[in-house]
Amino acid sequence: MLLSVQDLHVTVEGKELLKGIDLEMEYGEIVAIMGHNASGKTTLALTLAGFPQYQVSKGKILFEGEDITSKSIDERARMGMALAFQSPPAIRGIKLGHMISLSAGMNPWQPKPGDDPDLPKKILRKVNLEPEKYLDREVNVGFSGGERKRSELAQIFAMKPKLMILDEPDSGVDIDSLKVLGNSLQEYFRTEKCSMMIITHHRHILQYLKPSRMHILSGGKIALTGSYEELMPKIEELGYERLIKEASNT
Amino acid sequence: MSDEWRKKYRLEALQAVTKRATFGNDIDLSDFVTIPKGERGIDEDVKKKGLEVGVDVEGKKGGTYFQVDHSVLLSQIASRIKGVEMMTTDEALNKYDWLKGYYWKALSVSQDKYTAIAELRQTKGYFIRSAPNEKVEQPIQACLYIGTEGVLQAPHNIIIAEEGSELNVITGCTADSRVKTVAHVGVSEFYVKKNATLVFTMIHSWSDEAYVRPRTGVIVEEGGTFISNYVMIKPVRDIQSYPTAHLVGKDAKAKFNSIIYASKDSIIDLGNRIYLMAEGTSGESIFKVVSTGTSKVYNRGQIIGQNRNTKGHLECRGMILCPTSSITAIPELVAEHSDTELSHEAAIGRLQEEQLHYLMARGIQPEQAIGVLVKGFLDPGLPGLPERLQEEIRAKLALLERKSSPQEPC
Repeated sequence: MLLSVQDLHVTVEGKELLKGIDLEMEYGEIVAIMGHNASGKTTLALTLAGFPQYQVSKGKILFEGEDITSKSIDERARMGMALAFQSPPAIRGIKLGHMISLSAGMNPWQPKPGDDPDLPKKILRKVNLEPEKYLDREVNVGFSGGERKRSELAQIFAMKPKLMILDEPDSGVDIDSLKVLGNSLQEYFRTEKCSMMIITHHRHILQYLKPSRMHILSGGKIALTGSYEELMPKIEELGYERLIKEASNT
Repeated sequence: MSDEWRKKYRLEALQAVTKRATFGNDIDLSDFVTIPKGERGIDEDVKKKGLEVGVDVEGKKGGTYFQVDHSVLLSQIASRIKGVEMMTTDEALNKYDWLKGYYWKALSVSQDKYTAIAELRQTKGYFIRSAPNEKVEQPIQACLYIGTEGVLQAPHNIIIAEEGSELNVITGCTADSRVKTVAHVGVSEFYVKKNATLVFTMIHSWSDEAYVRPRTGVIVEEGGTFISNYVMIKPVRDIQSYPTAHLVGKDAKAKFNSIIYASKDSIIDLGNRIYLMAEGTSGESIFKVVSTGTSKVYNRGQIIGQNRNTKGHLECRGMILCPTSSITAIPELVAEHSDTELSHEAAIGRLQEEQLHYLMARGIQPEQAIGVLVKGFLDPGLPGLPERLQEEIRAKLALLERKSSPQEPC
């Protein structure tokens, strides 16, 4: 078992946002998390990544069998958990190429044998960002929506994680970028067999990744779990609220 | 100091030896010696410290002036770089009678006790001059090095960029890693002639117990441009400086960029003053600072608009890493003409947590992540600097990015 979330309750500034989440993920599994706005999707992502403002008031998170509930953001990242941010901050003065090297665990000032100085270039090509143009760009400064999402993927690809948490990788991007993101993720999954938790509102990105399971969040809880084939058409037909209502009636 | 013509300056200086400076703590310089015992050669430590402030004493990079304490150890240039001459100020005053007309003209000898002491206890200094219309591509480098405990170094420097010329000077000021308490009161006079450009880059790397009071005056003539880049990353005991630029000719420009990493218990009081005297002149001062430890930083800035169609802008961006440190921005805009446009912008705050967490989510440990962000915040992008020097300054900032630094106990 790669990830096991047990009865997870999370509060932010005294308000309970997650109210008992149970969730498991196997190695090499793709899981989708869906749900309407403010249902707790991003809270779940940021809690798993260890953001300190998301306080776990009850329950625990196991990663590869180890309790990581009190571990810091960077410790979790080094253990193999990588988060692609929904709205990453712009950081002046730090070049994307440098950020990719750092994400890969390289220290540009003390290179280790085996460090590949061309890694940032290679990774940028994987997400269809021309290295000549993007290596020296400041991280996310002046990036379009699509560029931001691709820069996120480049950084987490460099981390070689065991679990990717993709928080709305498809929001605010045009159709061309969506295609690039979908193909890049698909290719990465094919070669690296990395587990992916995809938080999304749309089916578009899931067409590339075909999750084995979907969870629908509502009010800080998992309201519904099922397969992609089973749930996706229903979501599109009924919307979250009606679907959840009907499911609870049956 | 036997020359007759200097006598009046000497007399004026004597009147001002106890005159406190307008800003900064009052430093008692009486215990510092001007002439140390023994001579110091250029040994490995000197070379290393020189490189730290961007000056290569092997002279591979072109013209080099190297002063240790009061002795000039190296002054090589003229034959190698076309259009520039460099020598000690004393030599230049002997060689060129006209130079007397520049001596103490960009600032006053009686400004305060430090200018007075610099005159009374002058220890050499460099003279650099670009010939008219010469575009000197290679940067000229000068290093003022203090190698002996208890020394007061008081050079008087003069730079003249003659009409239509372009000159790029890099100065490093540093002290031997073994010396502790030293003092430096360098006087610098810069003259930028009609349509000339002078880019002056100063890298300070003092010791923890260095008292530093540089005094700088700049005069820019019509169409001339003066750009100052100032970098200080190492701690210092107490530094105060307030270079003043006088834009006397139509459309003259001055720009000051400062990059400061204030650490330990350094007291740093830096700023610039720009007089927009002639029509169409413009001035800008951009100050970036990160404070840690118990350091205290003051950024003063003053722009005085005195003629029509003038423009000035002051900017201070501060990041405070330790609550025991402080940053104070004191911008002053003085409009003495109705057709002047002056503005200022100051933003001081802590490290953005969102950015820190973002880097940590990539597996970067918090100490290193802070270093990366601090470097990014200060990263120069200084105008008018050759790429090589930009890289050198970046490399210096990169020291902050290494894992063990820059975190120090707050």
